[in-house]
Amino acid sequence: MTAALEADGVEVRLGRRATTPILHGVDLTARAGEIVGLIGETGSGKTTLARAVVGLAPLHAGAVRVDGTPVSGLRGAELRRFRRGGRVQYVFQDPLRSLDPDVTVLDSVAEGLAVRGEGRAADRRARAVAALEQVGLDPALGDRLPGRLSGGQRQRVTIARALAVDPRVLLLDEPVSALDAANRNHVLRLLDRLRREREVAIVLITHDLGSLAGIADRIVVLYRGRVVEEGPAARVLLEPADPYTQRLIASVPSIDGPRPIYARSTR
Amino acid sequence: MLFVDDLHLSTTGGTELVHGVSFALAPGEAIGLVGESGSGKTLTCRAILGVPPPGVTVSGGTIRLAGDDVAHYSRRQWDRARGPRIAAVFQDPASYLNPSLTVGRQLGEVLRVKNGLHRRVAKARAVELLASMGLHRPEHVHDQYPYELSGGMLQRVLIAIAVSGDPDLLIADEATTALDVTVQAEVLNLIAALRAERRLSLLLVSHDLAVVAQLCDHVVVLRDGRVVESGPTRQVLDDPADPYTRALVADHREYGLDRLVAR
Repeated sequence: MTAALEADGVEVRLGRRATTPILHGVDLTARAGEIVGLIGETGSGKTTLARAVVGLAPLHAGAVRVDGTPVSGLRGAELRRFRRGGRVQYVFQDPLRSLDPDVTVLDSVAEGLAVRGEGRAADRRARAVAALEQVGLDPALGDRLPGRLSGGQRQRVTIARALAVDPRVLLLDEPVSALDAANRNHVLRLLDRLRREREVAIVLITHDLGSLAGIADRIVVLYRGRVVEEGPAARVLLEPADPYTQRLIASVPSIDGPRPIYARSTR
Repeated sequence: MLFVDDLHLSTTGGTELVHGVSFALAPGEAIGLVGESGSGKTLTCRAILGVPPPGVTVSGGTIRLAGDDVAHYSRRQWDRARGPRIAAVFQDPASYLNPSLTVGRQLGEVLRVKNGLHRRVAKARAVELLASMGLHRPEHVHDQYPYELSGGMLQRVLIAIAVSGDPDLLIADEATTALDVTVQAEVLNLIAALRAERRLSLLLVSHDLAVVAQLCDHVVVLRDGRVVESGPTRQVLDDPADPYTRALVADHREYGLDRLVAR
């Protein structure tokens, strides 16, 4: 079975002459219905990898395929058609900044369908309402502006907007790190349902390895633009092989009490 | 050290937001203030600091700092209290620094104005403080602008500024929430070390029970502007008495490493 998302040897370089390498040949796959955790600290390249996958950052080398179809070489009209098709959806980190503050929630969610030119306005509204319901939001909130919602509600609106276009692959950048535990649980349970009921392939991007426990099937650890460890979630979390992964796990605070003091450093 | 008794906070329109919060913080002790957003954690802290948000006033109860009722503090008395008695750090360190001045100059200004140090002495002291925050090459960091530093480094600079007046009480309101996990662990360790070295009392506000469990002796649980439970950290987190606290702990344990490994 081909993976819903396959990224092979992704290399991204920045700078006017592509002199600064950000990703040094990274592989990332996600099968339909699978949740893959992509973990790394600030500057590790995890957001750049997600941007490369959705065509927002140019590939210097490597390839990205969605359901077996290459999408990384697309240019111009083909690229626009791919993006508009909405098979890959990217949920940005900051819901307040990725939602237009002057557009109501329902119009924001329906906009993706309008861009695809699907259905009449009334059908699009009905589908947007269905998407809001699916993420557990009262459709009555649809008439509100994003500023009038809580952080957890806004996060769910951005997920509803991504779902409205029925994607095969969903990439979420830090969807829960700013939320309290109750809201985090809502979002994670929702993702778990989506992969089971709609077989969406999900890539969860985060700096917090602990937040992947209980939700991710597989974990990919990115450090300075390279994958340093990859494997089934339970194995990576319980028996981390790479020293960097071990340090990440040691850093997660526990509700059961203080962690030992480890070396202080500022890189 | 800090004594909050039946604190009520209201808007000028008369809506009450905090309905009688009480707790006491002994010298050297650390209390964690937990609760969901909107529970009144940050409002309570700002009232204690004497800077409630515009349109919010203390409508009842008392706040005592080292025995003094702060209700009738003049601006001058506040100026004298902030620094040597009480200091604070918040979630977004960058927004508390002037982007067009080096961090050393901003730390030096506090040392000159608050501690009356001479310019040259202030600079040496600033470098020393930056070094004691675990910042490498402190002379270099001293001359950098805020945009040149990472979030974790900026938070260390803010902590350096906060402890420069050698306060008795430090308020940390979601101070590590925006940081990477590894950096959060380092900053929590730094606060723990400062507590031990300086006999600092700590009021730590966090939505993350695990962060509170790292540093605090006592926990106060707020909900909708009321204290629903308070007590020793282990007792409140291991054997919560109030249904709301039980729900918070259960929510915390539903996902995450704490569910996977008994550590």
